[in-house]
Amino acid sequence: MSEAATAIGAGATAAGLAPAISIRGVTQRFGAVGAAQGVLALDDISLDIAPGEFVCLLGPSGCGKSTLLNIIGGLFKPTSGEVTVAGKRVDGAPRPDEIAFVFQESTLFPWYTIIENFRIALKFQGVPKSERDDLAMDALKAVGMGGFARHYPTQLSVGMRQRVNMARGICVRTNILLMDEPFAALDEQSRMVLGEDLSTLLAKTGKTIVFVTHSLAEAVFLSDRIVVMTARPGRVKTIVNVNERHPRAPDFMLEPRFGEMRNELFALLRDEIRRAMALQRDADGGGA
Amino acid sequence: MTGAFAQRSIQIAFLGVVGGAWWLLTSSHAVSPLFLPPPEAVYTAVSRLVVAAPFWSAVGVTLATIAKAYGIAVVAGVFAGWLVTRSKFWTEVFEPIIAGLFTIPITLFFPMFILFFGIGAGSKVAYGAVYGFFPIALNTIAGLGRADERYLRAARSMGASSLETFRHVLLPSAFPVLVTGLRVGFFICFASVLGGEALSSIAGVGRNIALAAELMDSARMYAWIVVVICFAVSLNFVMTSIENRATASEAARR
Repeated sequence: MSEAATAIGAGATAAGLAPAISIRGVTQRFGAVGAAQGVLALDDISLDIAPGEFVCLLGPSGCGKSTLLNIIGGLFKPTSGEVTVAGKRVDGAPRPDEIAFVFQESTLFPWYTIIENFRIALKFQGVPKSERDDLAMDALKAVGMGGFARHYPTQLSVGMRQRVNMARGICVRTNILLMDEPFAALDEQSRMVLGEDLSTLLAKTGKTIVFVTHSLAEAVFLSDRIVVMTARPGRVKTIVNVNERHPRAPDFMLEPRFGEMRNELFALLRDEIRRAMALQRDADGGGA
Repeated sequence: MTGAFAQRSIQIAFLGVVGGAWWLLTSSHAVSPLFLPPPEAVYTAVSRLVVAAPFWSAVGVTLATIAKAYGIAVVAGVFAGWLVTRSKFWTEVFEPIIAGLFTIPITLFFPMFILFFGIGAGSKVAYGAVYGFFPIALNTIAGLGRADERYLRAARSMGASSLETFRHVLLPSAFPVLVTGLRVGFFICFASVLGGEALSSIAGVGRNIALAAELMDSARMYAWIVVVICFAVSLNFVMTSIENRATASEAARR
């Protein structure tokens, strides 16, 4: 399996581009080796992601997708292995100049208005004061939220909030955007619309994206490559290529190959989901 | 609306009953005027008191002492709270220690303050600052401890320094709890300074109250107490409205 991953990663580099993100043998263990509570979350993950590529991490719950994302972003240090971003090793320290995060729940600060939230993110990033307002307003207008700059986050609906949250991640000047199930809290319809907007926005910015999701349709609709992961311990099971140019129109979902890819992914995941459920049952049974 | 009106009426009626009882007790000579002078005698004493120059110098000394003591308590309390909450480990070590120390009646150590800092304003500043420190530190710990992990992680991923994280994430999320601590700390500080002055000092409002009592000039003593009550009530009004605004604006955003 990991041979397949390396082969495709090598393909991206063979195309003449140095990878934007290079993951080498990343293993994450929680708890001590051999301890009863010790859990091997990620097992020897290797993957290269080309600049401008949109990669989805897809897998059953608890397979370590979010853990891998946090390791790439430097929010924590892996047990072994290394991640290189823009030629520099990420060593458990965030790199706000290169990497931005969009988290599962809205992380807009409730005590600031929308525009203040953007200003503060840009300030943390070290963007000069004079440029902050223009960048923020451009990003808000790009997602159709220009009229809500002076609102507090709680005055917006969940969908609007996540739209703004996404815009904040895109607005900071990083080459890499890591998204941890950003649409998980939304209903199916809002997800589709937001996904479509994301595809349009990203085609303009040329950012490299790593996106964690549970949704098969979302993965196919958005990604260039889908990394299917196994149940715990998380390994790369296989990688599926989606050959469709960005920005993608909703019509793409109506094409027969969209459905075929979705079914293919489901077939790949079904066994893993059953295994993950069995693991969960054993763990619960053992604990009782 | 009518509920608030009824409540306010009852509060005013209560004050009326207290005042009426005072008048009745003194005019019927049920209580010696030495212990409780009649309201009109206290009123005369107040009007004579506030026009005299020593009054304002005593008020000035006490206000300056309270300001210094409270200033020290706020800076030290917030700083200690911030220092302790930097890690969960140190929070769990120090929170019970600070809470435990707060239960000790620091009044017992008042003679030590006089020994160390003298009989002047210095000992009252130190005494008020020590007493005011505890509620402020404890509420700072409680406030900073309730900051949401999500926001801290987001700030870290955006490259916020620890000072920026404090200013833009920890402080705003702690604010409503912190303000309560600042209010409670203020009144403890206020009471400690006046109490300290009454126990042992050379100047200030507390000293004048103790002096009037020693000279058995009870009308004058009550006049000073009325001044202190007026001062405390108006300050409480200001502090409570600040606190209400902080909590109301938070509630509106939740």
